[in-house]
Amino acid sequence: MSATREPGFRRDGSWVGASVPRREDPRLLAGRGRFVDDITLPGLLHAQFVRASVAHARITGIDLAEVRATPGVVAAYTADDLDLGDITAVLDRPPHEFVPTAMPVLARDKVRYVGEPIAIVVARDPYAVEDGVEAAIVEYDELAPVMSDTAALAPGAVLVHAEAPANTLVDVSLFATDGIDEVFAQAERTGAVVRVQAKTGRQNALPLETRGVVADWDDRDEQLRVQTCTQIPHQVRTVLSRCLGLDERQVRVTVPDMGGGFGQKCVVGREEIAAAAAAFTLRRPVKWIEDRRDALTAAFLAREQRYDARAAFDADGAILALDVDLVCDMGAYSCYPFTAGIEPLMASAEMPGVYRLPAYRVRGRAVTTNKAPTGPYRGVSRPQCVMVMERLMEKAAKALEMDAVELRRRNVITVFPYRGVNNITYDPGSYLESLDLCEQVLRDEGWYKVRSDNHESPDRVIGIGYSCFSERTGYGSGAFAARKMSVVPGFDISEIRMDTSGTVVVTSGTMSHGQSHETTMAQIVADRLGLDINQVKIVQGDTDRITYGFGSFASRSITIGGSAVAAASVRLGEQLREIAAHLLDTDLDNTELDGDGGVRLRDTPDRGMTFAALADVAYLQAHLLPKGVGPGLSATASFDVMGDGTFSNATHGVVVELDRGTGGVEILRYVCVEDCGVAIHPRVVEGQCRGGIAQGIAGALFEQVNYDETGQPLCPSFMEYKVPTAAEIPDVAIHHLETPCAFTESGAKGAGEGGTIGAPAAVLNAVNNALRGTGVELDNTPIRRESVYRALEGTYLD
Amino acid sequence: MTEIQLIELTVNGERHELGLEPRRTLVDVLRHDLGLTGTHVGCEHGICGACTVLVDGAPARACLMFAAQAEGSDIRTVESLAEPGGQLSDLQRSFTEHHGLQCGFCTPGFLMLAEGYLAERPGATKEEIREVVASNLCRCTGYQTIVEAIDSCATRRRIASNGTDCAAARRSNA
Repeated sequence: MSATREPGFRRDGSWVGASVPRREDPRLLAGRGRFVDDITLPGLLHAQFVRASVAHARITGIDLAEVRATPGVVAAYTADDLDLGDITAVLDRPPHEFVPTAMPVLARDKVRYVGEPIAIVVARDPYAVEDGVEAAIVEYDELAPVMSDTAALAPGAVLVHAEAPANTLVDVSLFATDGIDEVFAQAERTGAVVRVQAKTGRQNALPLETRGVVADWDDRDEQLRVQTCTQIPHQVRTVLSRCLGLDERQVRVTVPDMGGGFGQKCVVGREEIAAAAAAFTLRRPVKWIEDRRDALTAAFLAREQRYDARAAFDADGAILALDVDLVCDMGAYSCYPFTAGIEPLMASAEMPGVYRLPAYRVRGRAVTTNKAPTGPYRGVSRPQCVMVMERLMEKAAKALEMDAVELRRRNVITVFPYRGVNNITYDPGSYLESLDLCEQVLRDEGWYKVRSDNHESPDRVIGIGYSCFSERTGYGSGAFAARKMSVVPGFDISEIRMDTSGTVVVTSGTMSHGQSHETTMAQIVADRLGLDINQVKIVQGDTDRITYGFGSFASRSITIGGSAVAAASVRLGEQLREIAAHLLDTDLDNTELDGDGGVRLRDTPDRGMTFAALADVAYLQAHLLPKGVGPGLSATASFDVMGDGTFSNATHGVVVELDRGTGGVEILRYVCVEDCGVAIHPRVVEGQCRGGIAQGIAGALFEQVNYDETGQPLCPSFMEYKVPTAAEIPDVAIHHLETPCAFTESGAKGAGEGGTIGAPAAVLNAVNNALRGTGVELDNTPIRRESVYRALEGTYLD
Repeated sequence: MTEIQLIELTVNGERHELGLEPRRTLVDVLRHDLGLTGTHVGCEHGICGACTVLVDGAPARACLMFAAQAEGSDIRTVESLAEPGGQLSDLQRSFTEHHGLQCGFCTPGFLMLAEGYLAERPGATKEEIREVVASNLCRCTGYQTIVEAIDSCATRRRIASNGTDCAAARRSNA
């Protein structure tokens, strides 16, 4: 085996590229995983929150006497009792572009959404704590709630935050090409100008495991130990230490198995800080597990945006200009560390997508309303950007009487690297190839014939739709610095340590919450060192063991974290070779890793030493080491992307059938042609695609967080918030293209979000394609059954 | 409220005597009194199915039952599937082979749903399996690989018991 295998980036015989059994699976399948709520500690107490029952009010009184008298209740604290610092996320932008707002851990004088935490109750038993919460009396002086972006921006609107005029937290115009108005005027005369006015529904990222934390103070370690399900352990440590006035060494954040996150666990939660503060105050262990009702109403939400977009095309279908005004309803507070800028800034930067766009103007705003606050959710704004762009493409094709796929072909970027009007450099991708292949697959499978055969059919209403898009992944420090965040996530650091058995422990600052890093990161290390993956242990989610990390989000883990573990592995390999060269009395250049857990000589490959033998010397026979080489075997490396990141891409093709009787949308076929560069583990990539697509379909057809006019959430349970099941989500056929990334260590690009990004556009286009001839075009999501029904019936009113 | 009821539960073949508040749900007792944390809590209102266990062989939502209601029943949880030495069952192996799990939080519920369903309907078609899989929620996989994992396990069980997949043969002949 060692004769034919070499470590390094190579597909044949290497771990990278092989869909090996996931190392996470045995424990998870046996019920032996360890999620936050599985953790118990001696004397564990249970916390829940007294939450605001109204959307917007001044608090005039909090009476916790009955709470404290409830059997089993140990303590109940308000903001005044705990005296914690606020959670404040900041952008380094001028006041007219960004207004910072503080989010108190517990509401002080004012509540700004139903479900906002006001007091924390701690009891000996999870049932008793709910008894205690119910006994709280909070008195309010109610204010008019601000329940939509239009109401927020209306002249004279009540202010959600006194410091934010016009309820506007972010108002940024990132791009405005000179002369763009003349381009539109010219296109009106000689080409086509099309417009999309679209609104997308508020959604919940909805990890099936709700948020939760177990915290306790350890006198021996002089540490607050916080076990929490977060995508960003080091940022939780930072906020916790600041809120409590502790040094960071006095806080240890560890992350057990996580039941999904999808961005919702990528921000610091007020409840995790409050529960940890209660544990610190009481010097007793405290657990908080969010119940589903709170998760549906009071956790970080996402996606509620309004677009007014115009695009100009010439008579041949070439796009000339894009002008976008977008408003994001960010709810009551800025999230940490991303701020309320997360959605408008992402949308403003990424809107042009895969198209060669010469002129661009955009204004992106974040408004604050009396709804639960907004955080990142898989894809962040790009599901909407792609949806709007792809609707513009469809409308332009219609106006110019061209085929919509052909129109895209004329506009997609084909020469790389491409410097966009949005000042972003796109690295090579397969935009045109993915589009061609996706259309070909649907043609070959006979769906175009099915559609044309039923063109005049009163029974079967069939449509075909596409989305062609790219996804920037591997946002390094450069990309986040461009947003002017005060916390610039970007790099990752990895440490690798070999023990005397010759096996390695490798740290990563990323944080797997379903993405299989214990497997995929180990594959990368195994190839770089020539080890079996079972000899590689990946450690994540421990602020004491990991120097620093920004966690997992923005499809950064494999691109940045994977590159860091690769670089650390290479350094360790060099150390092993240096020791071997000395012990075997040869030159360093005459040594190489043998691909089978050892070092051998290039000129006499049958001579060599195993890693275990080398490690034995490094630790137990250190007097034998070469001069200048210290004892032990460990290496550290960091990786960052100083450029604009790397772009994954895909085309999705969808066939839908509409039900005249119910307005229902059935997906008959879903094809995804994806390109994420080198797939470390193809099955994991496919899992990310399918799971992402399911969430995208959910946004297109099913899920929406609604409120009544007083600000009461209308979906406190799964009876009202419709999460699609196996009955609604179709099988997805996946085809792979591979355009390796030139600057990540394994050639990989991120693969975590593309499915979610492309699905709403493709589904919406397919539905509109099915509605051709009705005169109705639907541009909002989720697509309402009633809209489809009325469109088919001829009674649709906009 | 402070009333304590003495009940006896049989879980994975072991008998337990417990003094409990009557309002304690079965899932909380399994997880927090018996330490069987493989069964998860996803919604506490019977929709997501993460807490699915077998009660006298039939899949049931452990969040919708009081522990007292399970007295006298035979309860099985995900911990009963693997061999004591850790060897995974054919159903569990099928989930690995088909990448039927990502974060793994919903997985015990799907495993117990499938375990109960296949015991009752060993000849289930893939479409029937899909319908049953629609009882539970998964946020990671998009369901396709869960359906495939269960269908593949069912097929292999039929072949193992008959030497051939008679059910599929009958269907294809029909």
